[in-house]
Amino acid sequence: MSTAPRLTALDALHRSLGATMTDFAGWDMPLRYGSERDEHNAVRTKAGLFDLSHMGEITVTGPQAVELLDHALVGNISTVGTGRARYTMICQEDGGILDDLIVYRLGEPEAPEYMVVANASNAQIVLDALVARSEGFDAEVRDDRDAYALLAVQGPESPGILKAITDADLDGLKYYAGLPGTVAGVPALIARTGYTGEDGFELFLKPEHAEGVWKALTEAGEGVGLIPCGLSCRDTLRLEAGMPLYGHELTTALTPFDAGLGRVVKFEKTTNEGRFVGREALEKAAERAESAPPRKLVGLIAEGRRVPRAGFSVVANGQVIGEVTSGAPSPTLGKPIAMAYVDAEFAAPGTEGVGVDIRGAHEPYEVVALPFYKRQK
Amino acid sequence: MSNPQQLRYSKEHEWLSAVEDGVATIGITEHAANALGDIVYVQLPEVGDTVTAGETCGELESTKSVSDLYAPVTGEVVAANQDVVDDPSLVNSAPFEGGWLFKVRLAGEPDDLLTADEYTAFTAG
Repeated sequence: MSTAPRLTALDALHRSLGATMTDFAGWDMPLRYGSERDEHNAVRTKAGLFDLSHMGEITVTGPQAVELLDHALVGNISTVGTGRARYTMICQEDGGILDDLIVYRLGEPEAPEYMVVANASNAQIVLDALVARSEGFDAEVRDDRDAYALLAVQGPESPGILKAITDADLDGLKYYAGLPGTVAGVPALIARTGYTGEDGFELFLKPEHAEGVWKALTEAGEGVGLIPCGLSCRDTLRLEAGMPLYGHELTTALTPFDAGLGRVVKFEKTTNEGRFVGREALEKAAERAESAPPRKLVGLIAEGRRVPRAGFSVVANGQVIGEVTSGAPSPTLGKPIAMAYVDAEFAAPGTEGVGVDIRGAHEPYEVVALPFYKRQK
Repeated sequence: MSNPQQLRYSKEHEWLSAVEDGVATIGITEHAANALGDIVYVQLPEVGDTVTAGETCGELESTKSVSDLYAPVTGEVVAANQDVVDDPSLVNSAPFEGGWLFKVRLAGEPDDLLTADEYTAFTAG
């Protein structure tokens, strides 16, 4: 990339907080402010504040907005009610995953407006695909990446912190719902979603309001241990929660069924007579997954202290039986953990004799079911 | 961040104490520890190993990456800090003190080790 990195509306603030910055999908983003372990633990036990403005927002409007989305995505978007969100995916004709997405249904029930949130690294790809797939539909696809800053407050203390600066009915806001409201005196879309395994909120704001809301949240969270958190702990939090990351557990080489996420594909859709991009390939993939799953996504917990990394081989009896897709030291478990695709016969929790090849040494690992961590509701 | 004046430094971000009875203590600098982030695993050379200036003799693993540990001087390892093996976070919290890594009986040293001021200028670049 020869172009200058994109800066979020909070760039100056991050630098004033002494953040270590990193390039992520063409954006300059905070990696960590202090210790990533402390940031991780704050989210698990108190609260953390994230700048996620690099995520790609795409707005879909028009009389046939829902028909377009049901055609372009694998989910059944027509069943998403006003004020609700849905985790879904966009696939190629061959069933390969282009991206995983969250779709929010906004606007009035009679004139719905959908916001599709794509991963930063795929925002342009998803935008181009939606524009191409909108041909023939009476719907408009709008690039809203610059229209929004996105802040997230995550962790058990987050409801109390947000309540201090909004009149919105947070108690009535269920997991995977979103409602327009006012936060610290400015308009925001408040969503109860997250990528950490904890309760939490994501706030879509005008970029010029981001700094004020960040400061208001910081102030509201001061007494309960809220700290700013970077992308490094976000990665270990989502890994413990068993959540996939595009480019690691999800790629164009895999269908949702290969990734153990076949449930997001809705063959029972009736919009457009049930036709959607990738349907035929995905039906075949579903059959394959039923009869003979090639590899399965599992969790691995280290017995030793060396950390497996993406791309490392999973081994058994001296043979390569899989590949690590994500790995990190787990602050919560106190041991290195990994997600890996392994041959089906080695995928059962407790399978003996499984290891990871770490720079030539075969380190023993325990096979476990995902997730590694589940919060106590 | 200040680099202790009594130490000397390598461009691979190791520090070397003053030599006493032919032995010097070696660690990594605060600059290096901060760049790595939280260190979770340390592999050190063993007592009796010979290390060679500029060559790798161990590894430091952090949340995000693995880095090679380079020997700033040549000689025989006479001590390895078991405390940092047991608690690698010591390298982050006290890189110039309790987070030292190993001690070497010097057989030779390169001529490009830096003074504290030179190292400070080197890392500011």
